[in-house]
Amino acid sequence: MDNFENFSSSDKAEAAELQRMIAIEQQKAQFQAQVHTFTDVCWDKCVDSPGSKLDNRTETCLVNCVERFIDTTLTITNRFTQMVQKGAH
Amino acid sequence: MEGYSSEFSAGGAGGKVDTGTIMEQVKVQIAVANAQELLQRMTDKCFKKCIGKPGSSLDNSEQKCIAMCMDRYMDAWNTVSRTYNARLQKERARM
Repeated sequence: MDNFENFSSSDKAEAAELQRMIAIEQQKAQFQAQVHTFTDVCWDKCVDSPGSKLDNRTETCLVNCVERFIDTTLTITNRFTQMVQKGAH
Repeated sequence: MEGYSSEFSAGGAGGKVDTGTIMEQVKVQIAVANAQELLQRMTDKCFKKCIGKPGSSLDNSEQKCIAMCMDRYMDAWNTVSRTYNARLQKERARM
């Protein structure tokens, strides 16, 4: 990276484009990682014994689980922010 | 997204950076890591659901259970993925 000044402007543009494209893939990977976490938690909450397909009750449970997990995250973030602003630990 | 590699794989005039090849490698590495994560969690869940007291080998019912469990885990993964994606879109629309 210390030879960056010696690169032509087209090389620099290519490198910047590469960084942008990699950032997009990283964002996709972050999404996948979250799906793994949610599936892990919600499988335990929703699936008793695996059958020949996921029945409606289980599907609904999984959907609700993801939504409520996100709601919980938001609730905790908001409340914690308030706590910090009030000067409590 | 997928059309990018052909656009950049020529590397530019004497380009020091072959963007197309690098992006292919990045995508492959990410895909491999994703598959490993899936298999690790799936193995954990399905072992817990399907194997009671471990015997000296996996019997037929245990094998069948594992196969079904794998399919259901992937179904669950897809449902979660769809739900999460829809929620993200909804939140983005609000902003």
